[in-house]
Amino acid sequence: MITINKLAKGSLAVAMGLAFSVSALAADITGAGSTFAYAIYTKWAEGYQAKTGNKVNYQGIGSSGGVKQIKAKTVDFAGSDAPLKEEELDAAHLVQIPTVMGGVTIVMNVPGIESGKLKLDGTTTADIFRGAITKWNDPAIAKLNPGVALPNLAITVANRSDGSGTTYAFSNYLAKQSMAFMREVGAGNTVNWPANSVGGKGNPGVAANVEKIKGTIGYVDFSDAVKNNMKFVALKNRAGNFIVPSQKSVADAAAGANFKVKGMAPDLLDQSAKNAWPITTATFVLAYEKGADAAKQKAVVDFFTWSLNNGQKEAAELGYVALPPSVVKMVEAEMKNIK
Amino acid sequence: MSEPSASAGIDLHAKQVRRFRLQDMFFHHSTQLFAFVVLASLVGILVSLAIEAWPSLKAFGPAFLWTNVWSVPDDQFGALAAIYGTVTTSVLALLIAVPISFGIALFLTETCPVWLRRPLGTAIELLAGIPSIVYGIWGLFVFAPLFAEYIQPPLQAVLGDVPVIGRWFSGPPIGVGILTASIVLALMIIPFIASVMRDVFETVPHVLKESAYGVGCTTWEVVRNIVLPYTRVGVIGGIMLGLGRALGETMAVTFVIGNANRINGSLFAPGTSIASTLANEFGEADPGLHISSLFALGLVLFVITFVVLAISRWLISRSMGSEGL
Repeated sequence: MITINKLAKGSLAVAMGLAFSVSALAADITGAGSTFAYAIYTKWAEGYQAKTGNKVNYQGIGSSGGVKQIKAKTVDFAGSDAPLKEEELDAAHLVQIPTVMGGVTIVMNVPGIESGKLKLDGTTTADIFRGAITKWNDPAIAKLNPGVALPNLAITVANRSDGSGTTYAFSNYLAKQSMAFMREVGAGNTVNWPANSVGGKGNPGVAANVEKIKGTIGYVDFSDAVKNNMKFVALKNRAGNFIVPSQKSVADAAAGANFKVKGMAPDLLDQSAKNAWPITTATFVLAYEKGADAAKQKAVVDFFTWSLNNGQKEAAELGYVALPPSVVKMVEAEMKNIK
Repeated sequence: MSEPSASAGIDLHAKQVRRFRLQDMFFHHSTQLFAFVVLASLVGILVSLAIEAWPSLKAFGPAFLWTNVWSVPDDQFGALAAIYGTVTTSVLALLIAVPISFGIALFLTETCPVWLRRPLGTAIELLAGIPSIVYGIWGLFVFAPLFAEYIQPPLQAVLGDVPVIGRWFSGPPIGVGILTASIVLALMIIPFIASVMRDVFETVPHVLKESAYGVGCTTWEVVRNIVLPYTRVGVIGGIMLGLGRALGETMAVTFVIGNANRINGSLFAPGTSIASTLANEFGEADPGLHISSLFALGLVLFVITFVVLAISRWLISRSMGSEGL
């Protein structure tokens, strides 16, 4: 009797579950794109599903893949590290909002130098990353670091071998600092690194190269640098201060930026705030102005509204930097255009 | 009464024959279809690669093959650095893997105690089943640091000043690079080459070997004068099979080759291969010439691998044909 009862209850539960999942199906949404944002979107999706029962499925296929997908109308939203320009947004009838921020940090492996103890400015960094400075005891580095024992060691530049938004932000920052860098290396997702460079796949690949090879300097996302406990380079910002990257210095950079532009993508590089980290980036979500399925459009808005208001702690834990509250308000206003 | 029943019997028989014939025909055609699906997809891949690569081939012409530029910001592409890396790592891997595989196969077929033959042979075949990404991770995290610390500096100290060869071992010992990729590739292809070699060595008729031993040949003399001449073609086929695998290997190479799109004379320097360039850049490639040039690289690799594998198939089939000598 008990077993039959159990069976009946079980099948009832299954039936209810089926009915529930069928009814919820309409509001399940799919997104694809930025691998940088993958960790936080999936974390938010977990929390959002636990709270509302609605599923959000996000695939980290790369930013340009995400943009391709949303233009082909195969996803409900796309994640992209490189913001689309105003004309592109208008042409494809897309709404663009920032979700979280991050910093690109410069990390090093120089025997005898602790994290944050090596100071560099923009032009010297550009000279190192274009292969013009090839030794750690170069006078240009020594001048910025009086009292630091710099070894007579060859510099190896560790770069991303895969096309990436991290390279995009980093090379654009250096190109702003030095015309020579712009000319020789260029700025974009994939650029021409100098002869003393070694490429690694993804942030973990670069992190591994920096950790394993003596005399390397490289660039990785803030979250990966923290996760791997890497040694930071202090970088001189626009205000003239040497900044060690942190949640706060990235947030300071965003606080000074003007998000009141179409596409909500102000240039966050080299901000003038006193303690701003110079290489600050944001990652963006693209959604349709007018979608074919109103329920899904609403689900996209609901998901990000919930995430931006409830998911800031998770973002910080994963090494992202939350948007300032004033920007969250603007994002909520902008999302009214997703219909 | 007998007449109709006989004709009914013939009818039934004819019916059955017809049914069998229909079945056979159906079977023949459906299996033929399966075989042609493979062929069609091969041709389809080749054609779609060519279509996607067309803008790049049109822009750069045949010079694409021997131009040493790969600059995404300037939209200038040439395949030479990637072809150089692919060919260098594969050939070096063969130079390392062939003698070792030869030794393994000889030991297994000629001098190994019978009780050890099976476990050893199985272990080598199991090595072939390890996913390449595992070799890559091991290469990057375990092998490369050890290589940089304990092998590269002594190599440089001994060979660094030798003319010509010294150039191959110049530059900072950073662990990852062309030579590291070649060594990891060698480890990956050894099981393939060794097991093919063992199989062809086993085709040598015992009568031949025993008569050689009978007239007082040593094991080495038997191998040199009987086994090798008899299996030469099959051995070459096995080596080519290993080469085919080395040419197309992607993930393991991407991890340890250093991923730098340039040609540096030193084997310690980072380089790139066709497959690793594709793995690195495809995901975020800019539309236009960049993506088209990546397809062109794919086409080049397709052609190289196809030729190598075709030659190896041909050699192996010739070797199998002479088996019953």
